[in-house]
Amino acid sequence: MSYFYTEEQEMIIDICNRIVREKINPVRSQLDEDEIFPTEILSEIGRSDLFRLFIPEKWDGMGTGILEVCIATEILSKGCLGVATSYAASGLGFLPILISGSDEQKDRYLPSLASGGKIAAFGLTEADAGSDAGSIKTKAKLEGSNYILNGTKQWITNGGEADIYSVFAVTDESKGIRGASAFIVEKDFEGFSFGKKEKKLGIRASATRELVFENCIVPKENLIGKEGMGFIIAMKTLDKSRPAVGAQAVGVAQAALEEALCYSKIRKQFGQAISSFQAIQHMLAEMATNTEAARQLVYHAAKAVDSELKESSRLSAMAKFFASDVAMKVTTDAVQILGGYGYMRDYPVEKMMRDAKITQIYEGTNQIQKNVIALDLIKNGF
Amino acid sequence: MKFKIMVCIKQVPSSTEIKIDPVTNTLMREGAENIINPFDVYAIEEGVRIRERLADIPELETETVAVTMGPPQSEKILREAISLGADKAVLLSDRSFAGSDTLATSRVLSAAAKKISDVKIIICGKQSMDGDTGQVGPEVAQLLGFPFIGYVSEVRSLDNKKILLKQLKEKKYDIIEAQLPVVISVLKEINNPRIPGLKNMMKAKNASIETWGIKELMIDASKVGLDGSATRVVKIFKHEINSNTKMISSDLKAQIDEIYKEIFTYDKN
Amino acid sequence: MEIKVKENCTGCGLCLKVCLYEAIKIVNKRAVINENCIFCGACVDACRFRSIAITGPETKKYDFSDYKGIGVFIEISDGHINDSSLELMIKAKELAKELKTQVYAFIAAAGVNSYFQELCDYSADRIIYAETGEGKEINEDALKELLTSMISTIKPEIFIAGATSLGRSLMPAIACSLETGLTADCTELSIDADERILLQTRPTFGGNILATIITQNCRPQMATVRPHVFKKNRIEKSGIKDLKEKGRHFLSDFSDILKNLKTKLKLDESMEDFQEKINLNDFDVIVSGGRGVGGEKNFALLKELADILGGAIGASRAAVDSEWISYPHQIGQTGKTVNPKLYIACGISGAVQHLAGMQTADRIIAINKDPDAPIFKVADLGIVGDIFEVIPALVKKIKEEKS
Repeated sequence: MSYFYTEEQEMIIDICNRIVREKINPVRSQLDEDEIFPTEILSEIGRSDLFRLFIPEKWDGMGTGILEVCIATEILSKGCLGVATSYAASGLGFLPILISGSDEQKDRYLPSLASGGKIAAFGLTEADAGSDAGSIKTKAKLEGSNYILNGTKQWITNGGEADIYSVFAVTDESKGIRGASAFIVEKDFEGFSFGKKEKKLGIRASATRELVFENCIVPKENLIGKEGMGFIIAMKTLDKSRPAVGAQAVGVAQAALEEALCYSKIRKQFGQAISSFQAIQHMLAEMATNTEAARQLVYHAAKAVDSELKESSRLSAMAKFFASDVAMKVTTDAVQILGGYGYMRDYPVEKMMRDAKITQIYEGTNQIQKNVIALDLIKNGF
Repeated sequence: MKFKIMVCIKQVPSSTEIKIDPVTNTLMREGAENIINPFDVYAIEEGVRIRERLADIPELETETVAVTMGPPQSEKILREAISLGADKAVLLSDRSFAGSDTLATSRVLSAAAKKISDVKIIICGKQSMDGDTGQVGPEVAQLLGFPFIGYVSEVRSLDNKKILLKQLKEKKYDIIEAQLPVVISVLKEINNPRIPGLKNMMKAKNASIETWGIKELMIDASKVGLDGSATRVVKIFKHEINSNTKMISSDLKAQIDEIYKEIFTYDKN
Repeated sequence: MEIKVKENCTGCGLCLKVCLYEAIKIVNKRAVINENCIFCGACVDACRFRSIAITGPETKKYDFSDYKGIGVFIEISDGHINDSSLELMIKAKELAKELKTQVYAFIAAAGVNSYFQELCDYSADRIIYAETGEGKEINEDALKELLTSMISTIKPEIFIAGATSLGRSLMPAIACSLETGLTADCTELSIDADERILLQTRPTFGGNILATIITQNCRPQMATVRPHVFKKNRIEKSGIKDLKEKGRHFLSDFSDILKNLKTKLKLDESMEDFQEKINLNDFDVIVSGGRGVGGEKNFALLKELADILGGAIGASRAAVDSEWISYPHQIGQTGKTVNPKLYIACGISGAVQHLAGMQTADRIIAINKDPDAPIFKVADLGIVGDIFEVIPALVKKIKEEKS
């Protein structure tokens, strides 16, 4: 199918397809089974310049838009959503620096993140602050030339594996949501440690850990933007990254659809390929249509973000929730088409189904996305 | 000091599937696209890695140059070599190269090595997928007076004067030290080729690729192409393949005889 | 040599279809031949209008009358003459009969005279030798120089060697210094007795087709031959006690040349650590085992067969999962994809995942108890039987034929 890709986008697709085929697919079931973080694959992704995409050329990036990030993420997600999540989470981790960091901070951190030499993580969620991000409890107190951080972040993707963390902490408790600030924390800063690796339903190649701050010393110059800007930085970051979650969902849905289609042509029952049964045909048709619709919405949202349209926040919320619901449905249907085989770990679709679930949950649950959409509608109309 | 690494690559059809036209009973090649000979991808990767390993030696100007002899369309695989990390690529193409056997090809490649100049290491793949001879490497070495080490499975160490290599022999590995310059052919186990990066793909797209013919290489037309070749193909034919499985269900002796025949005589006729 | 398309070409495209080298394009309803052409003549035969003609080369008559005899390179490994060299001695004798000429054995080794008797048994008419000195393994560089001078002095009209790793690396260099042709990895040699031409046939295009190649205008005519394609027949002991009986010219000593050789290669150490680090793709023959092998110990059976054939051991996922053999041996979707010249599947049912990794092998032999096993669908030869009967019997037969 033609998507009117630019030459650069075609190259990105070509590179990602090769990474999937040669590096990810041969090991994905093992990474899932043994919960292995894909260090080698991420270096390969780094060598292929994919971490450079959204970073401006000034900091060794390729200066592309979010659409290119989405295209790369979609293809990588066809291979393994766990790997794609680790890739995308690094982008999420460095977006706060890119959006609101000073030139000194960008000079210092972005080039090594662009090359993939270092990876990043985004530390916002806490045990009692998930969808309600405003109620974070991690505190940062200025003492001389350092901030002292105390508190615990929960379920942080790339936690323990990343070198650079964007961490959100309260600098002024009296101001509520406007009292939060964002900091760049390096892995080896004093007082920074990690909790145990979480056991998850899916995306088991990705690492999820607690970030523990016990009198963690962060130099003053690592404050991103100004004190009190934390919540705004977090929201701007999530607005930009949301289409990429949609792209993950499209990728995993497409992969499941392809598996199901291929299997339906090979599998014979009652003397004929099951693809000749209308029940299967209709399932495939619905899966393909929904996946296609989700892809178009994701691409459209990404273009809106890149063009800084005022509807971009609403559109990216739509893309995230719609695509992730599609991914869950399509992967579940793929398991159904493969039947007993689909339920077995010998075939990749059960993993896709387990993996797909997270796209409805992380980076703002689908319920929160609907709130965003509805509020925007009511406030701004069309 | 200049230190150049030359990688010899070849364009081959992506599929070596040959069919027989049932009407005319002639051989036909499936319309397959041309790709880099798969073994040569490992040679390119090793050429790039060697350059990267030499980066620490001060005042050493290193460059990895990919070279292929072939028709103008071979430019495509040279661009791919750049996308895989080669710094530069040269196409050796001339009407009079047509029909070259390995000896004539080696004359062209060794002339190219001389023209590139300061070539310290020449790397070839183990063999080509279509011709399967593995002869060009040793012949180029001989023409240039360089030592040749084939079936290299590891470059243990190297500096700007010598190289330590692990070489696969029939049943063992040898560790061999050679003074540079040298020609090596590499096995697939030597490395794990990288996937091209976006930057290099962009570079490959815009790279200008020089073409050298007999004039640029200053070689005698009678030494290359069909006239300069010592061997000549006189017949091409397909050996009988029973496209259906031949099944033998009983009689151990008949089974053994059949397997024996299959193992030892299948490609004779 | 020239290839021309005449005026009467209709651009019908018949030639296009038969060209294996993509050397023909139809431009303005006429065939145009480009530099990919190797002058194989397939298009000439295919053309119904006789529009394509190959002319030349001018058939210069060269005088090769001072080139005589068939030379065979005798390769020594671990103190024995390689089987491939002995196979070639027998083939050379056959060819020599047609040419009414002699067979020369070329050998360089430590304690070289200990091999003379065996070479006589294999009916060498002459032995061209060099003594490398006690306990010294001659390195490739030196061997190359030595053989080059031996050949240029003796002037055999044909010189052949086994396509072993040594032969494949030595022969091109020698052919190149002698400025003569070399055909690699032949599977058949025959003689055009009138022209005294060696017809060298080898597989090409990944083994899919065969090409017959000649060396017309240079001597010697050189070829390497794939090991084990010719039989190493049982031979009569010649019973010669005193080699000198053979006459003054029977032995030619080239040992002196060695003293003056400087080599650029230094052998540091040799390692025999082959087993684990195998790369299946470097082998032409793979003997592979599956669930039917039944246990770790039984893989020894497959190993024996693989060793005789100079091949490697592969396995299906079932065998690897059962820990009978390590993961580097696994072939299939989650293991390696291999493309050997010969694949022998033993006790492998042939799940789709396994087939994906091996079905492009040139030739596939499958041995399985279950006649309905899917592996038989992709096999060239299917043996319905018990691997514990078939393999030992096969090994026995190969050994018998060899000795």
